[in-house]
Amino acid sequence: MQIKKDNGIDRREFLKRLGAGTIVTTTALAGCKSDGAAAGSAAGEVPTDKMTYRINQNTDDKVSILGYGCMRWPTRKGADGRDEIDQETVNELVDYALAHGVNYFDTSPVYVQGKSETATGIALSRHPRDSYFLATKMSNFSNWSRENSIAMYERSLRELKTDYFDYYLLHSVGGSIEDFNRRYIDNGMLDFMIEERKAGRIRNLGWSFHGDAHVFDHILALHDTVHWDFCQIQMNYSDWRNARGNNVDAEYLYQELDKREIPIIIMEPLLGGRLSNVPDHIAARLKQQNPDSSVASWAFRFSGSMPRVLTILSGMTYMEHLQDNIRTYSPLVPLTRFLYDTAELMLQYPTIPCNDCKYCMPCPYGLDIPAILLHYNKCVNEGNVSSSSQDENYRKARRAFLVGYDRSVPKLRQASHCVGCKQCNPHCPQRIDIPREMRRIDKYVEDLKQEREF
Amino acid sequence: MLRKIRIIAAAIFFTLITLLFLDFTGTIHAWFGWMAKIQFLPALLAMHVGIVLLLIVLTLVFGRVYCSVICPLGVMQDIISWFGGRRKKNRFSYSPAISWLRYGLLVVFVVALVAGVGSFVALVAPYSSYGRIAQNLFAPIWQAGNNALAFLAERVDSYAFYSTEIWIRSVSTFAIAAATFVVLAVLAWRNGRTYCNTVCPVGTVLGTLSRFSLLKPVIDRSKCVDCKLCARNCKASCIDIENHAIDYSRCVTCMDCIDVCRKGAIEYRRRTSADCTGAAAKNEDKQPAKADASRRNFIAGLGLLAASAAKAQEMKVDGGLATILAKKAPKRDAPITPAGSFSARNMAQHCTGCQLCVSVCPNQVLRPSAGLMTLMQPTMSYESGYCRPECVKCSEVCPAGAIKPITVADKSSIQIGHAVWIKENCVPLTDDVECGNCARHCPTQAITMVASDPAKKDSPKIPTVNVERCIGCGACENLCPVRPFSAIYVEGHLNHRTI
Repeated sequence: MQIKKDNGIDRREFLKRLGAGTIVTTTALAGCKSDGAAAGSAAGEVPTDKMTYRINQNTDDKVSILGYGCMRWPTRKGADGRDEIDQETVNELVDYALAHGVNYFDTSPVYVQGKSETATGIALSRHPRDSYFLATKMSNFSNWSRENSIAMYERSLRELKTDYFDYYLLHSVGGSIEDFNRRYIDNGMLDFMIEERKAGRIRNLGWSFHGDAHVFDHILALHDTVHWDFCQIQMNYSDWRNARGNNVDAEYLYQELDKREIPIIIMEPLLGGRLSNVPDHIAARLKQQNPDSSVASWAFRFSGSMPRVLTILSGMTYMEHLQDNIRTYSPLVPLTRFLYDTAELMLQYPTIPCNDCKYCMPCPYGLDIPAILLHYNKCVNEGNVSSSSQDENYRKARRAFLVGYDRSVPKLRQASHCVGCKQCNPHCPQRIDIPREMRRIDKYVEDLKQEREF
Repeated sequence: MLRKIRIIAAAIFFTLITLLFLDFTGTIHAWFGWMAKIQFLPALLAMHVGIVLLLIVLTLVFGRVYCSVICPLGVMQDIISWFGGRRKKNRFSYSPAISWLRYGLLVVFVVALVAGVGSFVALVAPYSSYGRIAQNLFAPIWQAGNNALAFLAERVDSYAFYSTEIWIRSVSTFAIAAATFVVLAVLAWRNGRTYCNTVCPVGTVLGTLSRFSLLKPVIDRSKCVDCKLCARNCKASCIDIENHAIDYSRCVTCMDCIDVCRKGAIEYRRRTSADCTGAAAKNEDKQPAKADASRRNFIAGLGLLAASAAKAQEMKVDGGLATILAKKAPKRDAPITPAGSFSARNMAQHCTGCQLCVSVCPNQVLRPSAGLMTLMQPTMSYESGYCRPECVKCSEVCPAGAIKPITVADKSSIQIGHAVWIKENCVPLTDDVECGNCARHCPTQAITMVASDPAKKDSPKIPTVNVERCIGCGACENLCPVRPFSAIYVEGHLNHRTI
């Protein structure tokens, strides 16, 4: 359901808001300069004391605008051949982030095969508890009984080695009102969390949203009685007006929350990397405007330019990503121009809106769904998905697609093995019809392999 | 000079034939595939009369140059023998021919060929022995090298190399190849061409012909000083210097003796006496080896799904990969042979087990059979892949006429087997999920999904096989989600037919 297209802000209003924005920022003047000159936090030096902070008016928390998403911690092959979190690297990343002003960490009991909280807890507990803000979630997707939900809450306290949460979220609500009621209302869990807030063990209570606008409205309407301290939404320049799939335009979500003065936390500012790994000529356009700043930095600056935003989460697996993002936000230079044209250009590329969150996994039939979708998107961006077998570069594209496919996804985990059981679909926050995409990709692969004309 | 020419020619043939077994991209085959087709035994079995006549004429004129140049197994022994010779000079000596063994083995070989005992034929045939060694011992090393390059290519975002699967297709064939190699290496290292002159049936046939060849090395008694240098360097042990005679049935015209003689007493020239003609052993009789096709019903075993995360659990966590059980081959009443082989019988009678088809199969379908009568001859199975509709590689490379050339269009209508459904394993019935992966991937649309309960339209959908349209490619069996035994498998046909 696309909401109120005509209610969008125009460019002038956007600029006006920017003027009023950036609550705590040292760069109000820099924002008036041209982009090229202002964003010049050149690669190399990573400032330790220039991070932009925003104030949460409910609790006076001074939160760094860059938040650490703990969904993509680095993993390595363990002794038993299974993936395990690379704890040493996690510790390094966390130490580095804290030393450079990042003070918000967001995890969940289900992230990284259920190991994220443990790893995050180990890394953070090496630092004073008041030097960071901790966020985790009630992720009672598969078993929403009261006992299990409370057990999950207590497990989070234990794993994160703490006796309170700064931010606590109802995880990924928005699929349906029934689902929301089942998980939080009928079992009394929302009341439980409100009690916990009163007791001081939850300092801010909020919810993360993926799904339908009417569910969003429904939950937002509870604000009068519950008083939501914050809300976490998916927002980026691509989703602002042209949200894909069943996502709601971020513009609508932002405005509704802004009206009620609810602090907003941003997730998927980069769409799982899709706004950093963009088609070549879009990357060239952005680079042309400022050769020193990364493609990703534009997306981060876009989200940061919205004044109601408290923090922007980025799941930084590599030190390079962390450093790049710290540079972007030390300090934040708000955008003076909206990336409408870039967003429009992005729309021309038929990528599949997968953010590699891995909620769909594990597939019971062994498929590596995100790897398949990511390979497809990579080929779309690199021009290696042919629209016709008569295309000029068909031979080259065909080889790149097929050879790359076997490299990215083992044969037994490729799309041809999808039986269409649809177990994955309810888990996808982007509401991708995964079996349908699997069939489409499989058919394309067959077209290439059999060299059929299309 | 003559020796140098022989060595250069042999090196070219040996390298290119080896590459036929190593190159999995099919590039070399387009240019040098003929080198496999001029091998004596495969040409004979394929009834390529022209090639066989050419080889006979070649031998009648030049002697056994075939054994020194064209036969890769012979050249391989020469290479090993050369290394042996570097450690110890002048190490050979004359020994009389063991004729009873040579001709005895030839007779047994011909009988086996006529009787269709493919396993024995494949065991002794020289080109096949080499093919097996190349496929089982050399190809993995080649592939490992390729995979290393592919690994590097991936790092620099190049698609020039892609990695391939290295796997042992059949333990017994691998063991035979390894044993053959070890035995041959030991014999060649110590005594040169022992195998060629006592065991090899092709060597025996060509040896019989080469007795009467036009050109041959001849010892000039007037120049010879009986120094025995030639005999000590004859890897065929066929120079009897006491009598100044050469056993031409064993001489492979390697020209080593001519080069080594300091007196110039040996010359390669026309023979001075003899007027016989040889007759090649030519046998093409029909004597079917009736395979025991006792029809047993079986259930391929309970479908164990690798659904480690499918069952309800306290907490569904994100990420991770389900473990995938390896597929196991079902017991097939009849073996599946590739399209183009016409029938199991044609395969058994023509195939020399050289492994060329196995080497080039890109889909991990062909592997050497483990059956006693058809040992080392190719058979198909669909655990790791299926016979893809666009591929006819095996038919293009077969030198022995066991798999005749077919086109992609031909293949889509050649029925080599048919699919059999096993109700007990099928996931829509056992796990209550939608599937239909077999029907979706059937290249001939032979599978239709229907309601399992005809009375209820919304009952779980199960596959039905229209056997008339099924070609037996195995897409259904390979892509069936049930593991280790699929819920649908292919039963081979002893005689292929066009549908």
